[in-house]
Amino acid sequence: MENDTNQDSSRRKFLKNLSAGSMITLTGMACTSVSCKQNSGEKTTLMTTDGKLVQVSNSEIEAMEHQHHPATPAEAREGIPGKKFVMVVDLAKCKNAKKCVEACDHTHNLTPDRPYIKVLEMQDNEKSAPYWMPKKCFQCDNPPCVKVCPVGATYKRTDGIVLVDNERCIGCRFCMAACPYSARVFNWGEPPREDENIPYSPETSVPSKIGTVGKCDFCPDMLRQNKLPHCVTSCPNGVIYFGDEIDDTVTNGVETVRLSTLLKEKAGYRYMEELGTKPRVYYLPPVDRLFPFEKDTELNSES
Amino acid sequence: MSKVLSKTDSEIFKSPREKDLLSHITSTSLKYKIWIAVLLVFVVFGLIGYYRQLKFGLVVTAMRDYTSWGIYISNFVFFVAISLVGSLFSSILKLNKNEWSRPLTRISEIIAVSAIICAAVIIIVDMGRPDRFFYVIRYLRIQSPIIWDVIIISTYLVISFLLLYISMLPDLGLCRDRLTSVPRWKKKLYRILALNWNDNPRQWKKLQKINKILAITVLPVAFAIHTITSWLFATTWRPGWDSTNLGPYFVSGAFMAGAAIIIVAMYFIREHMNLGRYITQGHFDKMSKLLVLLSLVYLYFNINEYLGPAFKMVGVEGEHITELFVGNYAPMYWLVQIGGLVLPIILLLFKPLRKPLPAFVISMLVLLGAWFKRFLIVIPSLQHPYLPIQGVDESYLHYNPTWEEWAITISSFAWFLLIITFLVKIFPVIPVKKEEAFIKSNSNSQSDNDEI
Repeated sequence: MENDTNQDSSRRKFLKNLSAGSMITLTGMACTSVSCKQNSGEKTTLMTTDGKLVQVSNSEIEAMEHQHHPATPAEAREGIPGKKFVMVVDLAKCKNAKKCVEACDHTHNLTPDRPYIKVLEMQDNEKSAPYWMPKKCFQCDNPPCVKVCPVGATYKRTDGIVLVDNERCIGCRFCMAACPYSARVFNWGEPPREDENIPYSPETSVPSKIGTVGKCDFCPDMLRQNKLPHCVTSCPNGVIYFGDEIDDTVTNGVETVRLSTLLKEKAGYRYMEELGTKPRVYYLPPVDRLFPFEKDTELNSES
Repeated sequence: MSKVLSKTDSEIFKSPREKDLLSHITSTSLKYKIWIAVLLVFVVFGLIGYYRQLKFGLVVTAMRDYTSWGIYISNFVFFVAISLVGSLFSSILKLNKNEWSRPLTRISEIIAVSAIICAAVIIIVDMGRPDRFFYVIRYLRIQSPIIWDVIIISTYLVISFLLLYISMLPDLGLCRDRLTSVPRWKKKLYRILALNWNDNPRQWKKLQKINKILAITVLPVAFAIHTITSWLFATTWRPGWDSTNLGPYFVSGAFMAGAAIIIVAMYFIREHMNLGRYITQGHFDKMSKLLVLLSLVYLYFNINEYLGPAFKMVGVEGEHITELFVGNYAPMYWLVQIGGLVLPIILLLFKPLRKPLPAFVISMLVLLGAWFKRFLIVIPSLQHPYLPIQGVDESYLHYNPTWEEWAITISSFAWFLLIITFLVKIFPVIPVKKEEAFIKSNSNSQSDNDEI
């Protein structure tokens, strides 16, 4: 197991160390060279894992499948450089279609009784109208869960994401007690069976391990591929905006907007600001609703 | 074997005191064997429960995502509380030069050591991944209150053990010298443990010095152990836990439970070991008065803990208070607060109720109340998060411990009593040799030790 991980990680490091651009070049070159393997003698310059340039004769080059490998627990501790991920949830657009929950449950192999995302029925006071509030991990900048973890199994990354390492978690559940937003779920029993061959990664949160904790992870495996988290793309109503605070842009997959403008114009707020946890998830108030508040879930999920 | 011994008792023991306090080591009654068998049955049940938990995971418990801590944690807090009693006797009462409490020092230290061992084991039982226990050392992160707790519990375990062991050295020497007809393993045990103790005045002086150092060091550690345990809760935002009152509230509750368990232990020693001459009515009277005092302090912190939030009734804090005062937990809450706190205070004010049997019954009430009080501290708080509990299975809203949890919890008590029984059986439960008496008779220059 140890050996496997090492091999995997060196291969992954190789891919990681190549920038996206050079990877495309490499693949392209490799393919051409494979097709003209016979008339070799020519050499190609390639970059090794430690950044050295080497020349390899074209006959030696073999095409390699372009595969995405989930980050190992060690790699997953590093954030994606130069990023500060942020989410904005527009409460005016949510009608409890629960597509985000379904997509999330599906990708993270979750049973419906312990989802990472919950769509809560909220009502601030008796006079105001009820509204739906999709809630996931807030990826706090001052995360109570990280503070209380005795073994560093849950940690804050440079890109703002809080992750859980199922291979280090001891299952004390102090983080669950500490989280004021009930964002965390526990693998009380053996998680449902899935493909055994997938290596575990904190970035995918699968395959999760019995006796350890789990939560919404902002899908960093997708982010590494420049894709949006599953909840964002699955939402039929464009409720969830996702993006980068440094770029100051967020997108719901349909429109891309300036984060600062969106928060300014629609009076964005963070849930329970007074706790000082500094969430990375913002909410836009449920004003000028797109849909009437309808409790019947069947009706809501019809698209 | 006991028959042979009784013939030569007068030759073996140099005084009736020695005979009274050591003879239980050599004779084993049927009652004792039945007691051990009963405890072992409970231990076996617990082991079956824990085997199932190891096999299937924590899913065999009733804990789920909202009620993520259950009776394992409340039981842990209870045992940590019980363990504070060691410091009450070996430190507070001793340093205040109370002579009457001396015969109770050893049993309090035995209870402290047993309780802290059980607390440490229960916390491992609660872990989702007990196989990764040593990650706590390997990946230790000092900012986590759990790590503070691990450090302080191990410190307290070591000091409690030393307090018990060091002060027992003269008696171990006595066991080695007097108990000649015990099995060989026991003889060897006494010989090794006695560390060449030979009643030398120099040894006595050294012992006295070490005991004093230990008596002083155990006090801050004892306060810290329960204060830090309270911080496992107070460092979160949960209603009922998010309180600066929690440290003294826990410590005072622990001393109350500790005094109660001593009265219970006294009753058993007096009734089943025929030591009525050493554990007298006066002891029950004084301990009952002490229990009243400690309960009053706890009552004060209770009022302090609940009055503020109940007056303000803010958000989830208010919901939590409502649940305790008039909601689902109200019967348990009022039984605990009245039956386990207010009533014992009132009853023990009357002299006839400070006699052994009534004091024992009242102390059992206090102990039961103390256990369920910790249930009420841990569980209802978790069921009142800031965000509403929705979209989960109905079973997530309640917490009714499963048989596995009860079996493991009851077996923790069986273990606790087994350790105590074992220690009481092979060592003299009441100190046989009095250090002051010895020092006074051996050196006339000692003037600071004359408070006999």
